[in-house]
Amino acid sequence: MAHNLMLFYAFGAIAVVTSLLVVAQSNPVYSVLLLIGSFVALAGLYVLLAAPFVAVIQIIVYAGAIMVLFLFVVMLLNAPREDAVQSGIIESGAARVLGALLAIALVAELVWAVSRSGAAAVGATGEREHAWSVTEIGQIIFRDYAFAFEATSILILVAMVGAVALAGRHLAEKKS
Amino acid sequence: MAELNHYLMLSGVLFTIGTAGVLLRRNLITVLLSIEVMLNAVNLSFIAFGHFLGSADGQVIVFFVITVAAAEAAVGLALVISLFRHVETLNPDAFRRLRG
Repeated sequence: MAHNLMLFYAFGAIAVVTSLLVVAQSNPVYSVLLLIGSFVALAGLYVLLAAPFVAVIQIIVYAGAIMVLFLFVVMLLNAPREDAVQSGIIESGAARVLGALLAIALVAELVWAVSRSGAAAVGATGEREHAWSVTEIGQIIFRDYAFAFEATSILILVAMVGAVALAGRHLAEKKS
Repeated sequence: MAELNHYLMLSGVLFTIGTAGVLLRRNLITVLLSIEVMLNAVNLSFIAFGHFLGSADGQVIVFFVITVAAAEAAVGLALVISLFRHVETLNPDAFRRLRG
């Protein structure tokens, strides 16, 4: 299936380019919008990997809800452009050499790890041809991962209370 | 046919981009966005492993990672808002003193 490989390269290129631009942009609004493009490309890769449920969740929850939250905060703060780097740490030559060495070490480690963890090395039993249905995923979540599912619901509740308490603290101070 | 190694390489590249963003940028919002890029790189390798092992566990874990990422984004952005009220800047170097 040659078109599968072509689609992988197309989606992968979109994901890498948009992620690079997210990091390189100085305007956070553009960063958020480019990150949505990266998420959509990754959702395409998930469809290639027979995971349409996660692809849809990725677009609805990630690109929809979480990125809209980011966009709200960026526009609410109306933040100024990023300051130029003021600290002298990055300008010094020793730090640059050390940073470059650490970056090369990170890439070398990743390449080493990836080259050793091929499909044969992890004992792949063969990929499924048809996609996983929502029914199958739901049965696995509620049978094998029921405790983790309930734990995440408590986590969401705690995060919601924490976010309201943190961001709305000035309202409580004004009242008292 | 794209092999497992292809997906792992792409995941590694995306993770490195996210790490560079966290280390290099001087804007709290962009740092949080770079963390999202790193989370997505890890999600991609979970799904790739799950697919090539013929198991749905990778997808279930990604489902949980997305939930945790939503919680992390909510709390992180609330922290950014309350920090911005104090010093009127998003430069992380400005937050050296954490006394109220």
